[in-house]
Amino acid sequence: MTIPVKKKPVKGPVVSPAGSDPHVLLRVISKFLIPLIALFAFYVQFHGEYGPGGGFQAGVILAVSVILYALIFGLNEAKRAFPPWLVRVGMTLGVLLYGGTGVVAWLMGGEFLNYSVLFPDPIDGQHYGIIAIEVGVLTTVTSVMIAFFYAFGSRQPQIEDGEW
Amino acid sequence: MSSWFISHGAAFIVILPLLMAVITALLPAVRRLAWFTALIVAVLVALVAFIVLQTQIDVGAFIYRMGGWEPPHGISLAIDAVNAPIALLIAAMAVFTLIYAEPAVDSEVQRKKRAPFYAAFLLAVAGLIGMVVTGDAFNVFVFLEVSSISTYTLVAMGANRDRRALSAAFNYLILGSIGATFFVIGIGFLYAETGTLNMADMQGILANLDGGSRAAQVGFGFVLVGLGLKLAMFPLHTWLPGAYAYSPTVVTAFLASTATKAALYLLYRFMFTVFDPSFDYVAVTLTYVVTGLAVIGMIFASLQALFQTDARRTLAYSSVAQVGYMLLGIGLISTLGLVGSYLHLINHAVVKGGLFLSLGAMWYRFGITRISDMAGLAKTMPITTAAFTVLAFSLIGVPFTAGFVSKVALAEAALERGWYWAVAVIMIASILALLYMGRMMMVAYFSPPPASAMGEDGRVVRREAPLLMLLPMVGLAVTSVLIGVRGNVYLAEVSENAARVLLPGGGL
Repeated sequence: MTIPVKKKPVKGPVVSPAGSDPHVLLRVISKFLIPLIALFAFYVQFHGEYGPGGGFQAGVILAVSVILYALIFGLNEAKRAFPPWLVRVGMTLGVLLYGGTGVVAWLMGGEFLNYSVLFPDPIDGQHYGIIAIEVGVLTTVTSVMIAFFYAFGSRQPQIEDGEW
Repeated sequence: MSSWFISHGAAFIVILPLLMAVITALLPAVRRLAWFTALIVAVLVALVAFIVLQTQIDVGAFIYRMGGWEPPHGISLAIDAVNAPIALLIAAMAVFTLIYAEPAVDSEVQRKKRAPFYAAFLLAVAGLIGMVVTGDAFNVFVFLEVSSISTYTLVAMGANRDRRALSAAFNYLILGSIGATFFVIGIGFLYAETGTLNMADMQGILANLDGGSRAAQVGFGFVLVGLGLKLAMFPLHTWLPGAYAYSPTVVTAFLASTATKAALYLLYRFMFTVFDPSFDYVAVTLTYVVTGLAVIGMIFASLQALFQTDARRTLAYSSVAQVGYMLLGIGLISTLGLVGSYLHLINHAVVKGGLFLSLGAMWYRFGITRISDMAGLAKTMPITTAAFTVLAFSLIGVPFTAGFVSKVALAEAALERGWYWAVAVIMIASILALLYMGRMMMVAYFSPPPASAMGEDGRVVRREAPLLMLLPMVGLAVTSVLIGVRGNVYLAEVSENAARVLLPGGGL
């Protein structure tokens, strides 16, 4: 899929005279929150091995950190931080990670996606196999969510600062 | 190496196109790279599908345990005499249409969309083969969605040629999603009733419950309607003419010969394996509802085909009518009926795929979409028109062609059941086929070519389709004749084996 990139000149974060920035609070709070959201995504990701969670949920949460950045600082800023070509590669890379694990299992002599053969100890195999799979899911889900957001976000003019 | 394909081939034919689709999507827009990759993948898949079919014939039904998990809990791929030939059919049709695709896609799809086009095509192949080989009811739904979503994209890519492709794709998207939703709701009811998603397991539990409670019956209804939408059963076929008429030629030919066929296979699977015609509600539904809709569809869709001006729409309505033949074979609930239905499924895939390919070649050279524009094609494109004629005869059911074999098989099955009126309906629908196909051939053979096709000396200039287009067309035409002449040797045996697996008791 192609994500239309706006031809507008890339604006940096609005630098305005002190006191006139209407969303300074949003900017400060979200700058503080975004790393935490991303960190929580990875917590959900690795927690998913033993409890509720996993690649799908973690992928959505990780995508939310980028989407929040785009909402606060503008789509163009977000596209500079997380460029559309990276989204395209990410979408496919995740599938390849998932399928690739299965192919490795084939090469090791097991059935497709039989993690037990990946390591000498089947329990280790299941352990690392599922982690590799979930990283693939995380990559694809994150990229697809961001791709949705970019695709829809690029359709209409952004709200100008003065319209707040 | 070949022993590896014997034990892992069933998964390989799904996984290879799936993963290669992803890689194809990222390929740079070098002129033939994406096409060549897709073609190599399709050829490999067809070869391995043949090995799988051969294995199935040698050792009988077998299952492949995905991830090494045992069946009722793990996902398994179940290969038997019913689905192995259909998997090979899908792979082979992918090869035929992909050979044709190089010149066709070059002229119909924008350059920058070519790599995604072939990626979506491979995804559709993976989804269709997946839904045929899998032995898990929910897995069927997943692969159904993989194939459907990629198909919606493929249909929409016809927009470069005709903008109406966009609304056709949207229509197909809405109706296809409704169909998939009905199907998954049905699976949900069956899961509630049986507590399993494995089809073999479900079959055993439902047989123990003697058909199950109301929940199983509701699930049955939902599955029937969902699959009916996907396979274009008569009143649920409205998405089909638009999707076939405006998508790129390659997609039309591939869809017409595989997508509805894969859904029809699932109908066989659910009606005869998961459920059983010995349950009252299944027998009643098949005998009255499915047969009734099949017969109405055969006549009504053939009449609609007769009154189309667009050549591809004519063939699309004809597809709906031909699905009616296959459903009639199901409605008979007898081994002979299923043999006829199965034969007709394979024959129609070959015939309709070839017909759409030859219409595409006519568009490629002369931009022909309307029947009235086909004037003089016998002189300007003799080989294409010859292939078209052979395939049209096959669709009508002329002796020594594929259509004759399966229509006679269906008529025999109807006679065995004592349904003389069904034989009459088959005859009437075939006469209608003669009329709507004859209309095109009359124009192609007996109208003079337009002045623009004449050379300066007043003689007709031959402008035959390129070799890559001619090969698959002629190949399919020859196949249909081979089936017609020698079909009773090999194909009849394949169909009988399939029918015996579906109806071990021999039906009503």
